[in-house]
Amino acid sequence: MTEPLNVPYRERERSVTMEPLGEEHDELLTINIGPHHPATHGVLRLLTTLEGEIVRDVKPIIGYVHTGIEKSCEDQQYWKVIPFVERMDYLSYYFNAMAFCMAVERLLDEEVPTRAQWLRVIHLELNRIASHLFWIATGSLDIGAITMLWWGCRDRDLALDLFEMSGGQRFHTRYFQVGGVVEDIPPGFEEMTRGFIKTMRMRIPQYLSLLDRNEIWLQRTKGTGIVPVEKLLALGVTGPLLRAAGHPWDLRKAMPYSGYEQFDFNVPVGTVGDNYDRYRVRIEEMLESLKIIEQALDGLPEGPYITSNRKVALPPRHELATSMEALIHHFKLVTEGFRVPPGEAYAAIESPRGELGCYVLADGSAKPARVHMRDPSFVNLQSLPEMARDHLLADFITCVAMLDPILGGVDR
Amino acid sequence: MPDATGLELIAQRVRENVGEEAVRDTVFHRRSATLDVAPESVHDVLAYLRDEDEEPWERLMSVHGVDYLPAEPRLGVHYELLSMERTDRLNVRTRVGVDDPRVPTVVDLHPTADFQEREVYDMFGVVFEGHPDLRRILMPEDYEGFPQRRDFPIGGEPVIYTFNEPKLPRWYD
Amino acid sequence: MKAQQLLRGELEDADLEREVEQRLLFTKFEEAQNWARKNALFPLGFGLACCAIEMITVIGSPRNDLSRFGAEVIRFSPRQADLLILSGRVSIKMAPIIRRLYEQMLEPKWVIAMGACSSTAGMFNNYAVVQGADKFLPVDVYVPGCPPRPEALIYGIMKLQDEISGDPAMGWRERYRAEGTEERPDDGVDVA
Repeated sequence: MTEPLNVPYRERERSVTMEPLGEEHDELLTINIGPHHPATHGVLRLLTTLEGEIVRDVKPIIGYVHTGIEKSCEDQQYWKVIPFVERMDYLSYYFNAMAFCMAVERLLDEEVPTRAQWLRVIHLELNRIASHLFWIATGSLDIGAITMLWWGCRDRDLALDLFEMSGGQRFHTRYFQVGGVVEDIPPGFEEMTRGFIKTMRMRIPQYLSLLDRNEIWLQRTKGTGIVPVEKLLALGVTGPLLRAAGHPWDLRKAMPYSGYEQFDFNVPVGTVGDNYDRYRVRIEEMLESLKIIEQALDGLPEGPYITSNRKVALPPRHELATSMEALIHHFKLVTEGFRVPPGEAYAAIESPRGELGCYVLADGSAKPARVHMRDPSFVNLQSLPEMARDHLLADFITCVAMLDPILGGVDR
Repeated sequence: MPDATGLELIAQRVRENVGEEAVRDTVFHRRSATLDVAPESVHDVLAYLRDEDEEPWERLMSVHGVDYLPAEPRLGVHYELLSMERTDRLNVRTRVGVDDPRVPTVVDLHPTADFQEREVYDMFGVVFEGHPDLRRILMPEDYEGFPQRRDFPIGGEPVIYTFNEPKLPRWYD
Repeated sequence: MKAQQLLRGELEDADLEREVEQRLLFTKFEEAQNWARKNALFPLGFGLACCAIEMITVIGSPRNDLSRFGAEVIRFSPRQADLLILSGRVSIKMAPIIRRLYEQMLEPKWVIAMGACSSTAGMFNNYAVVQGADKFLPVDVYVPGCPPRPEALIYGIMKLQDEISGDPAMGWRERYRAEGTEERPDDGVDVA
């Protein structure tokens, strides 16, 4: 290929169009969907090449929410990186923080106490449910079943109430810190969570009864957007998209982290790999997450909620009045932050969209030298052209809805 | 993760099959294994690891770039490989200098590297030879400079406090 | 019955006065127009990042429900909307597009900068984020928070409604009777 640095801008822009396919089909129309469009989840620009109503090729153009998070992270102390990284994939904020904390804990060789691990699992699964609820709310809105928007947002508010109880804020709570969680759960949390589980177990069958027997929904989702498993594997797709196609790869089961091996849950796997399977896989995942939360609440062990290594975690407030070293540790941690010995680490977890990985390069100082998040939506978006090829435009919108891209993660 | 001896065996097999100068270094730190290879042989090493090795690594999970300033050579490209059969991860790394940052592309082996190599090009300036469509992906198309390099300024505005409020030029000036 | 007679002009003095008092309201045309405008805002369906999730919660959730303010109709075409809620961080690639959307909206139009990132770039003081939406758009109401609670966004919309009806909320100097705290050029401080 030509040297990309010397190609002028206009010439590069032209590289985006497609050559016509074959003699009889030279009526191709390239239109631009987005970045502002009711059906795109966030600001995604799709250069679609249509032949009549049939989509022949799609080129996603991204970068409209690029915030330079990774560059900003190099300027902050390790615990200050957590709010930056949380805002990346903005629907599954606990997962971003978890991936980063796992990478740093691996670099520090730090052990997370069991209670903290189980609290992390509870919050991660609650976040998974909240993310899937929002997905079904907006996905159904795209496809046309607008009632799901009200129902999904209503139930999501219950989960956000729980986050507010434990973390103080509905979104981006900075609840996960390196070494554990920032605070223990308050007294009423367990009851409210059990109430939430009961409510959701009643509501999810209601969603199924609304959508699953609906002829329009079935016709729009069944049989559309099928990509064979080998293509998905080659494209690096993970998460519910891969599981819907029949490949049972889930990092919580395959390479368990943070105590997931002690929970008994199933991983829903689809058969055909069309949009209907993707939708069903996510709904079943919500039910499985409810099971995990229940088991975690039943067996929540006593103990510290953050590591007792004072060089990494802040000492509890009451110690500051009595112990001189606690005061010094507190001072050093707040002003300078903890230092991490030089090294690199890559930690991967299973987020609602796929494998979320975090790569941290530490150079011995209190600030990371490089933080990179391997975002699942960024890689899953490469499968959109495959999914949408030779489909009608309406099915293409269904494919985007079921793909569940989060543009904050795609653009970082 | 392969342990330290497993990593040495992998390095040995790569040296035998791809070339003596392909593997430059092996690093085993905190239970994760890294294989440092020469930039020219990245494609061959990944092809060997995917197809012919007795313990194949068939999935590429992530391609990301690092700027190792002040260590030379500055720019690094990491390939995070995953084996689903053995639930194992291996990191393959190359280092290139800023003056001639060319690395062969692996898009033909792993199509997942398409967007990710474009991002590494956009953020660091590493040119992937053979990539079908190497354009900027996150920054605007006509942006100049490679933002993620360590010597690129972070940008933004200076923060206004009361002591420097009258002295800083306001945006309407 | 009485209304028919009133309209036909058949009522006499005392009856007429009583009917008029009960049924008619005198106001200025601008006030009536502003009342209609503020109670029927059409937000543009435009969300950028995390604040968009909170905005959708405000619009879509039954708990914090925007339709009680008359603003539930989300129009996706800028020609049909009059309120642009900028929810989320504005990156440099997106800024010209937002400007073009704003120019396509018809007068009268208002802008709410929701969240810290669109008001002042929030915590992203770097090369990729425009430091505040007011660098390229005139903003009417800034709603702080990261992301702001739905109640905060609703309060921002109510403040916008006050502003539309011609009655902007008093600035803090008037509210706290803090005259005399402004900086003047002869204070020795170099004010631009």
